[in-house]
Amino acid sequence: MSGLGQWTLGARRSIRHLAADPSPDSDATLSDGSRVAVIGGGPAGSFFAYFLLRLAHTIDLDISVDIYEPRHFTHCGPAGCNHCGGIVSESLVQMLATEGINLPPSVVQRGIYSYVLHMDAGSVEIESPVEEQRIAAIYRGNGPRTAVDMPWESFDGYLQQICEKEGAQLVHQLVVGLERNGDFPVVITNEGTTTYDLVAVACGVNSNFHMLLDGSTSEGKPEVSRTFITEFKLGADAILETLGDSMHVFLLDIPRLEFAALIPKGDYVTLAMLGEEIDDDLVRRFLDSPEVRAAFPADSIPAVCACAPVINVKGPERPFGERVVLVGDAGITRLYKDGIGAAYRTGKAAAETAIVHGISTDDFETHYFPTCRAIANDNMFGRLIFFFTIAVRKSKFVRKAVLRMTAGEQRRPKGRHMSGVLWNMFTGSAPYRDVFFNALRPGFLLGLAKSLAAGVRPPQKES
Amino acid sequence: MTYMPSRRRGELGKIFNDGEVIVQQGDVGEQMFVVQAGKVEVVLESKDTQERVSVLESRDFFGEMALFDKELRSATVRALGEARVLTIDKRTLLKRISEDPLLAYNLLRAMSSRVRDLNNQVSAGRNRTP
Repeated sequence: MSGLGQWTLGARRSIRHLAADPSPDSDATLSDGSRVAVIGGGPAGSFFAYFLLRLAHTIDLDISVDIYEPRHFTHCGPAGCNHCGGIVSESLVQMLATEGINLPPSVVQRGIYSYVLHMDAGSVEIESPVEEQRIAAIYRGNGPRTAVDMPWESFDGYLQQICEKEGAQLVHQLVVGLERNGDFPVVITNEGTTTYDLVAVACGVNSNFHMLLDGSTSEGKPEVSRTFITEFKLGADAILETLGDSMHVFLLDIPRLEFAALIPKGDYVTLAMLGEEIDDDLVRRFLDSPEVRAAFPADSIPAVCACAPVINVKGPERPFGERVVLVGDAGITRLYKDGIGAAYRTGKAAAETAIVHGISTDDFETHYFPTCRAIANDNMFGRLIFFFTIAVRKSKFVRKAVLRMTAGEQRRPKGRHMSGVLWNMFTGSAPYRDVFFNALRPGFLLGLAKSLAAGVRPPQKES
Repeated sequence: MTYMPSRRRGELGKIFNDGEVIVQQGDVGEQMFVVQAGKVEVVLESKDTQERVSVLESRDFFGEMALFDKELRSATVRALGEARVLTIDKRTLLKRISEDPLLAYNLLRAMSSRVRDLNNQVSAGRNRTP
């Protein structure tokens, strides 16, 4: 039975099984005149549409793509927001450039050059391995509530534009249901129904459509966790003086707080917090901590926008079915980091499968599913690494050793073992598996042992 | 915090001034580059002469031969006016190509177009020869 066979992608007015009797041995493919719907115009939907059309052009296949997205990313505040910290990782910036997608300065709020790790034991700046800005701080939507008439573009809006240039149609309608008519998926909006040859569900985990996914089976709906995101208006000059072109990461021993980061953007700073049941009290404790106050005078800066979006922490077991595929957060994403990178990988893999191989359950299982499984397997290493960061957060002795080792490495050009591990972990640039195995290398372990030993050795008297 | 004049807010990559060398012919190369903004010129240097072989613009890449062989850089590339260039790490790219072989398609398309240009140049040279 197909993974989506148990799904009921329902509507308020009709809830029916999506995969009602799909052909068991289908050899469905896209052909000239085929129609494809993409539900959701975020990065996953746009990457899927963009690569689908580009590959179709390459082999002279004439298909049409409708991207359903009710929001307009030209609106600021919640109406045009996609609830995201907004980081395009170093590896994704490079891959997009290789694909011919250069992110313009109007979309990149700030190029991030370094990360500053703040702990109670002190702070240390970890510089980019190359002397250039390769991490992009962006707004998925058109920026915070008060950002009216700002000269910038939304990242999601930009991706939609490049899709439209490839020939995609943007449909500003809310999808309220997805049904089947025989083998063919049918998209239902308040304005009517349309039958398609293929539907890509890229609705994220914060949309109304996602709420309609039936969670009665383990295959149905991604598991989610909640984050807290708020925006402060500080002004570009003040940001340069306080935060610079650096992302500031905090590993503090505050109960329920996993991780927090301050991300400088044009005139604003995004605070992204991850933890258990983040409430006002936890946010206040974080902002009042001496480490945060030293880096960022939050008291004097008004927060202009705040939201508590959910994030995907575990995808559905089989994010595909006959003529239907789930991409991005609706399918699988990377644990806590690089969600846009996962949107790119899943969106492109699904598009390649559909064009090169076919659109049957078997095609997606054979050619798309391995990409999802690779991300899921990598997330297991991610869980191990985040378990290690808990140990760092809990022990001041270990925190001091990490700080000592990193600071020492930053003074030399080579042998930056801890710096490399922290850089890749915070930036989300490398797979968690690489981070994990780099932390098992002799150089890393020896350096850490030395730094730990330096913590127990009595300070030597200066002669 | 660190701020370098070769970087500007919102501009990814690194900024090179007019005439500044990005890649030096004869150096060992491990990276590929993508032009983000402005133009760069590709120059063949010999003992006494310098010959411009092409001018690259936004979205064009160079240095990709380093991905496939261990030879030294075959030409010098320098900024033509102010240019902004993004470095692509060989290891990051190869890892990604192993997951997604179609990523190499762009590289092949560009290299194929360069071979075609080269053929045209050779053919034009032959026609000029008496």
